[in-house]
Amino acid sequence: MANAETRFSRVSRPAPEREGCEGGGTPVIAECIGLTKLFGGVRAVSHLSFKVDEGEILGLIGPNGAGKTTVFNLLTGFYRPTSGSMLFRGRDLAGLAPPAIVGLGIARTFQNIRLFSNLTVLDNVRSVLYRHAPYGFAQALIRSPRVRRDERRVREKALEYLEEVGLAGRAYDRASHLPYGLQRKLELARALALEPVLLLLDEPAAGMNPEESMSLVGLIDHLRRKHNLTIILIEHHMDVVMSLSHRIVVMNFGEKLMEGSPEEVQTDVRVIEAYLGEEYASAYRR
Amino acid sequence: MYIQGVLTVAMINIISATGLAVFTGFTGLFSLGHAAFMAVGAYTSAILTYFLGVPYVLALVAGVLASSVVAALVGYPTLRTRLRGDYFAIATIGMGEATRVILENLKITQGARGLPGISQYTTLPVAAVAAAIVLALARNMLASVYGRNAVAVREDAVAAEMSGIHLLRTRMISLVFSAGCAGLAGGLYAHYLAFIQPVMFTMVQSTQITAAVVCGGTGSLTGPALAAFVFTVAPELLRAAHMWRLVIYGLMLVLIMVFRPQGLMGYRDLSWSTFSTLAARIRRRTPHGKR
Ligand SMILES: Nc1ncnc2c1ncn2[C@@H]1O[C@H](COP(=O)(O)OP(=O)(O)OP(=O)(O)O)[C@@H](O)[C@H]1O
Ligand SMILES: [Mg+2]
Repeated sequence: MANAETRFSRVSRPAPEREGCEGGGTPVIAECIGLTKLFGGVRAVSHLSFKVDEGEILGLIGPNGAGKTTVFNLLTGFYRPTSGSMLFRGRDLAGLAPPAIVGLGIARTFQNIRLFSNLTVLDNVRSVLYRHAPYGFAQALIRSPRVRRDERRVREKALEYLEEVGLAGRAYDRASHLPYGLQRKLELARALALEPVLLLLDEPAAGMNPEESMSLVGLIDHLRRKHNLTIILIEHHMDVVMSLSHRIVVMNFGEKLMEGSPEEVQTDVRVIEAYLGEEYASAYRR
Repeated sequence: MYIQGVLTVAMINIISATGLAVFTGFTGLFSLGHAAFMAVGAYTSAILTYFLGVPYVLALVAGVLASSVVAALVGYPTLRTRLRGDYFAIATIGMGEATRVILENLKITQGARGLPGISQYTTLPVAAVAAAIVLALARNMLASVYGRNAVAVREDAVAAEMSGIHLLRTRMISLVFSAGCAGLAGGLYAHYLAFIQPVMFTMVQSTQITAAVVCGGTGSLTGPALAAFVFTVAPELLRAAHMWRLVIYGLMLVLIMVFRPQGLMGYRDLSWSTFSTLAARIRRRTPHGKR
C-alpha cells in the first residue's frame, strides 16, 4: 500500500528527458561534465566527468581529501561549481538552490551525521514530509480539519519510512540518544522520505562494525529495488562498495583516476597506488 | 484594581513572549528589537483610535499588520544567510534605535512627549482572551508544517535546506508571526496605559522579553509564557526589590545559562500528557542530551 503510493508519486513527476540516452542503452540519469571546484588554491574537484545510469549504484571512492564529499556538495547545490556543469535528467543544475534540487529528486545523507538532534526519531522524518502537508498558513493557525487530516497522513508516512529502516520501535526516542549506526539509518529514512530519484549516500557505513555494515548493504540494495532508486555511494569500507556498486569511479586529488567495474578497480595498480602509496604499488607490480 | 492592572500587563507580556518564543525558541534566531515591533503596534493602533476614531479591534489588527510589515522589511535582506541569523539580530538593534528616533521626530506621534489620552479599552478579560488566542494560534502553528520547518531550521539549517526546506521563507514566516504578536501586545499596552512614549520601547524592554523566552526554555511555549507571567508579577510582589529587578533578571539569566542552558522547560510543554510522560521519565531516567 505504502509502496504503491510512493511509486505513484514518482510516476507523477515529469518524465526524464531522454536526450541523455546512449544508443538505446540504459538512460543516463545524471552527468557531471568537467566539474571543477576550487577553494582558494585547493583544487577540491578538478575536471571531473562521469555519468550515472538509471537504477545503478555508482561507487565513488578515493583517499581522504580526494574530493568525494565536495562532489555531493556541488550536486546538491550547497556549493556552486567553479566551472563545469551537472545535468540531472537532462536538466542543468547550475545555479539551482538546494530546495529546488531536492524538488527535482535528489536527496542525500551526510558524512558527519546531521540529524535534528533534539527532536524525536519520528519528528526527524516528519520534518521533511512537507510535501504531504500542502495547506496554507491560515489553515495551520486555526488547525482546520484539512490540517488534521494531512497531519495524520504525515505521521503515518513517517512511521512507514521508519519501518523501512527498522527504526519504528524507536520512533519516540530522541535522535541524539540513538547509537551511531542507527543515527545513520535515521538519516537514510529522512532522505528516503524526500522520495528521491537519485540518492547520494556519503559514507553510510562509517563507524559501523562489519556485521552492521553488511546488514546495511542488504538494506540499501533492498531500498534501491523497492523505490527504484539510483544511488551514488561514497564509502571507505571496501567490502560495502564492492558488493553494492555496479560501477565505481575512483577519485584522487580532485580528479578522476579511473572508472570501472568493482573487479577492474580492485586490481588496478593506479588505485592501489593512490590508496597505499607508490611503494606498495610497485611491490604489487612485481 | 491594582491587581487587575498587574495581571493585565502580565497577559500582554505573555503575548509578546509567546511571539518571541516562536522566533527564538523554535526557529533559533535572536531579536534584540522586539520592543520596536511593540512600539509599531502601539503607535499604529493608538493613532488610529485616537485621531481617526477607528474601532479598537480594527486598530489592534492594523497594529499587528504594521509590525508584521516592518518585520518583513527588516527580515528580508538579513535572514537569507544560510548558517546564522546573526545579521538579523544586529539589524534589530539598529531598527530599535531607528524606530525610537522616528517616533521622537514625527509630528503625529507627538515626539518624545508621547501620546496621552488614549482610550483605555484594554481590560483584564480582553487581555486574557487575547493571550489565550495567541497561545492557541502559536500552538497550532508549531504543530503544523510551518512549525516543523522552523524547528528543523533551528536544529540544523544545512540539513533542513538540503532536505528542501526554504530557509528564508521559513524564517520570514516565524518572524512575521512573532512581530505580529509583539504588535498586538503593543496595541493592547497602549490602550491599557492610555499613554505611550518612545522611551517605553527600548532595548531594556526587548531584553526582558528575551529573558522570559530564554529562562522559560527553548522549544517551549508554556515555559516562556509562565516566565513572562512570573517576571511581571514577582517584582510587584517584591516591591522592595523593584530597583534590583534588572540585577535579578541578570542573575537569573546567568544561573539558568549555567545550570539549565535549555531553559526551565527546554523542549517541553505543559499539557495533560506532560504528567504521564514525567512519570515515565522518572522511571526510565533519561540521560541529558547534548545541545
Ligand atoms: N569548504 C571548504 N573550504 C576549503 N576547503 C575545502 C572545503 N571543503 C572541502 N575542502 C577541501 O577540499 C578537498 C576535498 O575535500 P572532500 O571533503 O571533498 O574530500 P573527501 O574525498 O570527501 O574526503 P574524506 O574521505 O576524508 O571524506 C580537501 O582538501 C578539503 O580540505
Ligand atoms: Mg568526505
